[in-house]
Amino acid sequence: MALSHLAASASRSSSLLKPLSSGLSLRRSISGDNSPLTVETSVPFTSHQCEAPSRSVETNPKELLTFFRDMALMRRMEIAADSLYKAKLIRGFCHLYDGQEAVAVGMEAAITKKDCIITAYRDHCTFVSRGGTLLEVFAELMGRQAGCSKGKGGSMHFYKKDSNFYGGHGIVGAQVPLGCGLAFAQKYSKDETVTFALYGDGAANQGQLFEALNISALWDLPAILVCENNHYGMGTAEWRAAKSPAYYKRGDYVPGLKVDGMDALAVKQACKFAKEHALKNGPIILEMDTYRYHGHSMSDPGSTYRTRDEISGVRQERDPIERIRKLILSHDLATEKELKDVEKEVRKEVDDAIAQAKESPMPEPSELFTNVYAKGLGVESFGADRKEVRATLP
Amino acid sequence: MGFRNIIGRRLGLGLVRRRKPFSTATCDGDGNGNAKSINLYSAINQALHIALETDNRAFVFGEDVSFGGVFRCTTGLADRFGKARVFNTPLCEQGIVGFGIGLAAMGNRAIAEIQFADYIYPAFDQIVNEAAKFRYRSGNQFNCGGLTIRAPYGAVGHGGHYHSQSPEAFFCHVPGIKVVIPRSPRQAKGLLLSCIRDPNPVVFFEPKWLYRLAVEEVPEHDYMLPLSEAEVIRQGSDITLVGWGAQLSVMEQACNEAEKDGISCELIDLKTLLPWDKETVEASVRKTGRVLISHEAPVTGGFGAEISASIVERCFLRLEAPVARVCGLDTPFPLVFEPFYMPTKNKILDAIKATVNY
Repeated sequence: MALSHLAASASRSSSLLKPLSSGLSLRRSISGDNSPLTVETSVPFTSHQCEAPSRSVETNPKELLTFFRDMALMRRMEIAADSLYKAKLIRGFCHLYDGQEAVAVGMEAAITKKDCIITAYRDHCTFVSRGGTLLEVFAELMGRQAGCSKGKGGSMHFYKKDSNFYGGHGIVGAQVPLGCGLAFAQKYSKDETVTFALYGDGAANQGQLFEALNISALWDLPAILVCENNHYGMGTAEWRAAKSPAYYKRGDYVPGLKVDGMDALAVKQACKFAKEHALKNGPIILEMDTYRYHGHSMSDPGSTYRTRDEISGVRQERDPIERIRKLILSHDLATEKELKDVEKEVRKEVDDAIAQAKESPMPEPSELFTNVYAKGLGVESFGADRKEVRATLP
Repeated sequence: MGFRNIIGRRLGLGLVRRRKPFSTATCDGDGNGNAKSINLYSAINQALHIALETDNRAFVFGEDVSFGGVFRCTTGLADRFGKARVFNTPLCEQGIVGFGIGLAAMGNRAIAEIQFADYIYPAFDQIVNEAAKFRYRSGNQFNCGGLTIRAPYGAVGHGGHYHSQSPEAFFCHVPGIKVVIPRSPRQAKGLLLSCIRDPNPVVFFEPKWLYRLAVEEVPEHDYMLPLSEAEVIRQGSDITLVGWGAQLSVMEQACNEAEKDGISCELIDLKTLLPWDKETVEASVRKTGRVLISHEAPVTGGFGAEISASIVERCFLRLEAPVARVCGLDTPFPLVFEPFYMPTKNKILDAIKATVNY
């Protein structure tokens, strides 16, 4: 797959190496700078009912290095979650995002924390990109108090109110009408923000999606529906479930854009374009062509419905982290060793977070009853015979 | 005689069997002929094989059923009967049930699978407003009696909010459909075949915890068990316990413990929740004077409430103690708190003793 080609600014960036490398000897991590860099996306965008944005993406070394670090962190986090699950420290369901990191990272780069994101259950990395800490992630996965949902949600229910991350939903497709509702509130409040409602190729066949699309288009809501198309709805390939796997066209009267979801810069460009579009013209669909290396969840080996060759093929050709690594190296923004150091650092961070999360206690038994209703409108609890022990709980 | 993990033992002792006018079943579930020891999902699989074999207008469809389903209940069906009769649907529960109603309305047997009962709610409108009322509102011109909806329900130890729910109470509130819940492999095969052949739309909830755990001798031939007939699976004289599905084995353990304290418990498996067999339960309560109902679903508005109200109506003067309900708590089905939420053996035992000593 075609990577970037060096633009004229390459010569500029090499002259900046000196200050970069001198900075390196002081700090433990490379930070890069903001000098502009233009990179071409891997493939051009395909559009439906709108003008596709340009293939040339404005970026800078700092951003690329941040992309690398963030994606490496997410990758390491997901793999660690895999081991924790197998060690039975994480129970229940666990849906891993490795392979799809570029979508989370690219989207975040194009928007602010005031914009809302809502997604389905494959939410660990989206949570992190919204500012969630590793401790909150691992504690929540293990059902501990330090988790983002106080241990009551688990893998599928991560939320972060202060950065407008509306989670974390178990029922397929149900989050999309919700997302459009968020967009409606944003339009009402006139604060120039948008909502990204993410869903998968499996959910694209849910009726409620079309209801949400119709309403959003009717009322010109700043809603961006993002289909993270990893080509498999659990074990069902997209061509078996959908008459038209061109999900970006499914909106019919709603414009759409197909994006290479393994290219963080393409994702960033598309999201920036979508935000501008949504604020002016109402809803737009983004289809992110992406891939997950793991199976649907930890109970799915992921190899009964696709070949190992396919998985390793994608890993070799389209891996989002490798793409950024090659970009960084070809532009001389960092050395191979420095990138490896970042990965080592990230690994340590993840291990430390896990150790800390393990220290966190399980929620108190009384937490079983909290937050069923708003505080004060109590839930009653009875002893086994309903006669003696009776308490009104928070 | 617990029926979880039993191998080579036959259940069905103490059967109370009475023919009802609206039951369509032939009762041959006593294991005449060859019986093999199999688990719940295999029993359901057998029932589906027989259903498709004996009626060439029967179809099985749902998410991922083609390769065998996430619980293996539909293994081998696609290979044997072909893709035209056993096929996958896209991820759309409302569409699946609506489609099934249409198929059934044309006289076919539509056996729809909803992957987890927790996901049945998008189809709730179709079931309640379309399936249940079709015969009624068309003055019997049309009906979707050939529709059977199967869904795994209930706690499984680590399911959390959306893989553990017991939604039977919502459907018991809808005249026009039937709700059936088996407790064991042999029951499941017979009941499922009855449901499929029943001329009314049926929602069949399968206790997912028992898919592998429950093993029983199941006859290999075609047999049906009657709907709307409760079964007394343990005779007793001090208190009547009423339950269904996976909860029965927990109740049975409580009964065994209570017996050590000299309390003789009668245990009834309701089997069909709508329309439910009031006569059998009433007869038992007239004998014992006490009743305890247990289910995993939250206590408020659970089906136990209906049973309690009906029994009190019918047996008020005979009752020696208030009707006890040992059920799930009034919270969403929790994640880490599952052991606290569930109506466990000890909670039931506690309630048995309190009721008997009232």
